[in-house]
Amino acid sequence: MKEDGRIKKHPILKFDRGKKVYFYFNGKKVEGYENETVAAALYAMGVRIFSRSFKYHRPRGFFCAIGKCSSCLMRVNGVPNVRTCMVRVQEGMVVESEHAFPSAEHDIYSVMDYIPFISKTGFYLKTFIRPRFLYGTYQKVIRKFTGLGKFPTKKAVYKPPKENPLIETDVAVIGGGPAGLSAAIYAAKLGANAILIDENWRLGGQLIKQTHRFFGSARHEAGIRGIRIAEDLTRQVEELKDKITVMLEATATGYYAEGIIGVVQKGKFIKIKPKRTIIATGAYERTLVFENNDLPGVYGAGGVQTLMNVYGVKPGNEGLMVGAGNVGLIVTYQLLQAGVKVKAIVEAMPKVGGYLVHAAKVRRLGVPIYTRHTILKAYGNKKVEGAIIVELDDKWNPIPGTEKNIKCDFICISVGLNPTHELLYQAGATLKYVRELGGFVPLRNKYMETDAKGVFVAGDASGIEEASTAIMEGRIAGITAALQLGYGDESAIKLREEIMKDLEEMRSGPFGEPIVRGIKKVLIEEGAQ
Amino acid sequence: MSGEIKEYLRTGIIRVEDLGELPSEERLKKKPVCITECIQPIPCDSCYYACKFNAIKMDNINDPPKIDYEKCTGCNLCLRTCPGLAMFTVGITKDGKGYVTMPHEFEPYPKPGDIVEILGRRGQSLGKARVKFVFPPEKNDKTALVTVEVDKDLIFEARAIKVM
Repeated sequence: MKEDGRIKKHPILKFDRGKKVYFYFNGKKVEGYENETVAAALYAMGVRIFSRSFKYHRPRGFFCAIGKCSSCLMRVNGVPNVRTCMVRVQEGMVVESEHAFPSAEHDIYSVMDYIPFISKTGFYLKTFIRPRFLYGTYQKVIRKFTGLGKFPTKKAVYKPPKENPLIETDVAVIGGGPAGLSAAIYAAKLGANAILIDENWRLGGQLIKQTHRFFGSARHEAGIRGIRIAEDLTRQVEELKDKITVMLEATATGYYAEGIIGVVQKGKFIKIKPKRTIIATGAYERTLVFENNDLPGVYGAGGVQTLMNVYGVKPGNEGLMVGAGNVGLIVTYQLLQAGVKVKAIVEAMPKVGGYLVHAAKVRRLGVPIYTRHTILKAYGNKKVEGAIIVELDDKWNPIPGTEKNIKCDFICISVGLNPTHELLYQAGATLKYVRELGGFVPLRNKYMETDAKGVFVAGDASGIEEASTAIMEGRIAGITAALQLGYGDESAIKLREEIMKDLEEMRSGPFGEPIVRGIKKVLIEEGAQ
Repeated sequence: MSGEIKEYLRTGIIRVEDLGELPSEERLKKKPVCITECIQPIPCDSCYYACKFNAIKMDNINDPPKIDYEKCTGCNLCLRTCPGLAMFTVGITKDGKGYVTMPHEFEPYPKPGDIVEILGRRGQSLGKARVKFVFPPEKNDKTALVTVEVDKDLIFEARAIKVM
């Protein structure tokens, strides 16, 4: 594990990796940097297998890199099932792979994947119950093959305090991405006190990996790189620090009765009771069904973007992109900028789904786009070594004989996003499945208020769209929440109308058309009564 | 179904014939002029607001920009902001040499005088060219503008460079 996958020189980014630190991985002393997550540091040194699957012990790599997919769970400092993509490396940290012997890399239990009769549903449930007196022994043995992790060591066991602190505030904003930041800023600007809760160690959400310039209205950050917008919004939050309390590395774990939000921050449980809640939890990446789609090396395109643009670690040397939407096209361009070759982009639709200009940008740099093609399977021994792609006919069936073998060491999946709706559901908002908006989204009025009392939604959690529209929605939600609490005046209402007008104009083109159609399905007249 | 889909949407390649009316050779010889390769309606108006000469026409934010070649001075302000990297400045000198200015966001950034490989719309090599001018990346948030001298027949074909 001598290799260093870190990017040395990048046209856009300078990586602030911080101090070098040493930690232990499966008993071996290894190095990382203090601003890297455990997953990024391990990836940079060549680790590709992060965990093993529950039953068959198939190797698992990372997928999303933003704490949503649970593929990178490891035991950290004695605590089982830690998302290594969310925890930063610390000096002397002890990291161990779980649920594998002797390690996730070489797991002898992976024989499970090669014993065909075990894969029969319920085989072990029906077989290992007789003779009766051996039942207990069977359980003990089988337990070793399955389950996730071991119990935490005594040192790592959480000792709850007698009383958890309760913080009251005007507005709680969950999610520190473009929508959440904008909501907090606009609510605070009008005078409301706000608490901004985010899981990551820095604000900006997914903006911090968007190195490209944004499309949109020149009045709303068009032509500016996403990373700069993140810097600017973060600066605005800092300027409003009398009004906005930022809680980082804090996970909103639940929305409880009487509108209390439970937050876990650095091992402590904190209760927050806001008068208004704005949920801007963003989205998570979809995956795609094909043979060996769980092979390490099959990653979410956004996950790859995080790895290379936030932590400066190359995902591999040669990649294949699945999906020619904006995410697929943009990440392809950014892979090229990071010095990574992209062998091809495949797209099942008969046309490029993202903006034509993004497609033209990668085509002139020599990346072929195969429309009406899909990925048939990935192959490789414990990690991706290549993929078979195939052309599709008009009925979406693979055309035999059109298979192409593409050698690559990673595959990016960019087939869309799903809104992160769990908290909204807990809060009591009525959810509806709307295909145009990417999945389950809450009913809301034009000011982004849901039918749950005092609960607003903004950004991708309300429907998959762009960061620029997320910013506008955040502003609308923030202003409305503050207005409802008696802050702001006529000028705030006027400002909100202007933003709504700009948003409507943004969506008036062909790319906005499905969004408008989707929103019509969830738009309600009033908020909660 | 695929019959109705425009060629450029199937391939991702924008061809010269997709671009609409281009500046005349007479205009190209007068002074450099911007051309836009943003032909699809997308919600963006950054070039419209960047232009100081009112040379870019746009009915609304989703309307593809149209350039008034008489008003355009070839000042490159739209190239500097276009998030799609879809603006190019082209020109022909009196002695018949062609020039293309294009955005470039890759390491290494070229220097004036360098010989670079020029790439066409499909990424194919169009031979070598000399870099005449570089608007430095640090002055424009890392998007450099690179002017290369090419054969005048290639000013609508050379769309990227590869620094050797």
